[in-house]
Amino acid sequence: MSGDGAVQNPHGEEVVPAGAQPLDVIAVRQGAFGVSGSGDTSGFGGLVSTITMPAAATRPYGSWFDAAADELDLALSERGIPMSSAVEKVVVHRGELTFHVRREHLVPFVTTLRDEPALRFEFCSSVSGVHYPVDTDRELHSVYHFLSITHRRRVRVEVSAPDADPHIPSIVAVYPTANWHERETWDFFGIVFDGHPSLTRIQMPDDWPGHPQRKDYPLGGIPVEYKGATIPPPDERRSYR
Amino acid sequence: MADNVTYEDDSAAAENVDYEDDVAFESAEDVGPDPYADSYDTQGGRVFTVSGQDWDTIQAPPEGTNENIVVNMGPQHPSAHGVLRLILELDGETVRQCRPAIGYLHTGIEKNLEFRSWVQGTTFVTRMDYVAPLFNEAAYCLAVEKLLGITDDIPERATIIRVILMEFNRISSHLVALATGGLELGALTAMIFGFREREAVLDIFEMITGLRMNHAYIRPGGVAQDLPDGAEQKILETVALLRKRFPDTTNMLVDNVIWMGRTVGVGYLDLAGCMALGTTGPTLRATGLPHDLRRLEPYCGYETYDFDIPTRDTCDAYGRFLIRLDEMQESLRIVEQAVSRLRPGPVMVADKKIAWPAQLALGGDGLGNSLDHIRHIMGESMEALIHHFKLVTEGFRVPAGQAYVAIESPKGELGCHAVSDGGTRPYRVHFRDPSFVNLQAVPAMAEGGMLSDLIASLASIDPVMGGVDR
Repeated sequence: MSGDGAVQNPHGEEVVPAGAQPLDVIAVRQGAFGVSGSGDTSGFGGLVSTITMPAAATRPYGSWFDAAADELDLALSERGIPMSSAVEKVVVHRGELTFHVRREHLVPFVTTLRDEPALRFEFCSSVSGVHYPVDTDRELHSVYHFLSITHRRRVRVEVSAPDADPHIPSIVAVYPTANWHERETWDFFGIVFDGHPSLTRIQMPDDWPGHPQRKDYPLGGIPVEYKGATIPPPDERRSYR
Repeated sequence: MADNVTYEDDSAAAENVDYEDDVAFESAEDVGPDPYADSYDTQGGRVFTVSGQDWDTIQAPPEGTNENIVVNMGPQHPSAHGVLRLILELDGETVRQCRPAIGYLHTGIEKNLEFRSWVQGTTFVTRMDYVAPLFNEAAYCLAVEKLLGITDDIPERATIIRVILMEFNRISSHLVALATGGLELGALTAMIFGFREREAVLDIFEMITGLRMNHAYIRPGGVAQDLPDGAEQKILETVALLRKRFPDTTNMLVDNVIWMGRTVGVGYLDLAGCMALGTTGPTLRATGLPHDLRRLEPYCGYETYDFDIPTRDTCDAYGRFLIRLDEMQESLRIVEQAVSRLRPGPVMVADKKIAWPAQLALGGDGLGNSLDHIRHIMGESMEALIHHFKLVTEGFRVPAGQAYVAIESPKGELGCHAVSDGGTRPYRVHFRDPSFVNLQAVPAMAEGGMLSDLIASLASIDPVMGGVDR
């Protein structure tokens, strides 16, 4: 179903050639029907499929993406940061451009996005966290969406941090609007935004333990008993995935 | 002795007093019989608690004392526009500091989405910004459709119905903004008029979607149900009715001296402030920038409609009010154009692996399952039954990836960031709700102004707490 020319196997998953860049593995599934937690009588239980996010794009990216990437390359070099060290990979998927940026270069990177006249992403739309427990050492992602009203463009910047060291620099100094967004991402995912003026919980109560939108956050659930059986919480129920 | 004596409380309606001077106060033991009103020492000084009706027990500070009062406004307050808590430091009636505290309506919608199928997601997202539910549904569905790669396959008729509903919803949301904003500023007739007009719009929603709010009508792939018979006629009648009634509000408020006194020059936020704080919607357009996502990056065919983007350059609450009035007129224009384009056709994508298998049908006992469809799956085709069962219980799979779709909701940029892991459920859905972001601008608008102007500023950005807290 992908329109990006990636090779797919009959299950719709993308097949990656050997030697390609490492991908964000986000799930490993068994069987053919997506059912887990029940006896498999179909014989398809041995099938293992690895779900990955869209692969890194190669030039040309298409649309305005190439010109913008060139400008970015130039502007970053002027600031003494080679593009190759700041950007892990560039993904073009569904007509959207994503820069995966190494966290130590995030602040100069977004400053360049904002200030460079040819880029001029003057508006930070959104910051949201995503938790990929299977993506080892890159479990926590912080995803930024920028809008250039000048050039009518959007770009996504994705930064990852390992669970063991959940620190990402704050961009509040560059985009003050990120203040509440980063507080929310801290609240729900436990990503610590270094340099944030007051990184406190925003949605959950101040004394709440844990970060509820992480995938490993226990859901709890009310044990409804009927003739000795109980209903487990939604994440432990048998379900199609 | 330089004790800062703070009177603190934990009930919503009472106030904290912070006297920064050498003052000897009555001891807390005299405060009264209230078991919750005791005192304790903190690093900042001795804290006394008052819980109402016991202010007389506190001795007035001497002349010349800095007498800042910390007021805890909300989370239950009639003019706080919802369950919003504002922590205000007041010097007389001047707001020195303002800190909005949110989260009182947090219901974990984004987390809930991860345990339901993609189609069921609309039922959740419609409850976020409950004053503009159809925009939530549209943003979510456009994001899911982008991930599925079926954006261009959505039937024309479904897109037009979406546009009609969204524009009507823009009107009803702006009417609520005017009505509750008027209520908060004491213009009760504006409230009566606003809700009266909104009722006409909600009747349209009820006729088309079956519900006045929480519709779950826009679905991935199209809409849940075709327009009922006579809908076009009713829509045009309502457009005419609203055209006739809008001048009531306009005539009453636009040149009204009291209304202008409360809103002109109040809640100032210029373009630089809006850009830095991420503020969008009428607040941004009141700075003179014609920024509207329907024009900037059109979706749902908005590039083919003829409409204007009202702007003002006053940067104040009055400008935002005028923009809302103008936008309602523009929405009526769009609705008329959309209705004239309606042609018979499907309202759900043709791909049977995504489209909901059946529409509801009107039977003798009301709207319910389509008897033809039931006959088909129960009596004629085993395969159709299997297909129905799989699609309804398991749902469709969405290819792995992520998409961000932003649409122009009545409050500003409503963004939906949807992430799929290739499964039958969303892996993560995040809503960039405009109210959430715009609320950050309240301190910038209110600090240094009067307390009564804070209310006008807050009303002028029209936050809906269901969207802020999600």
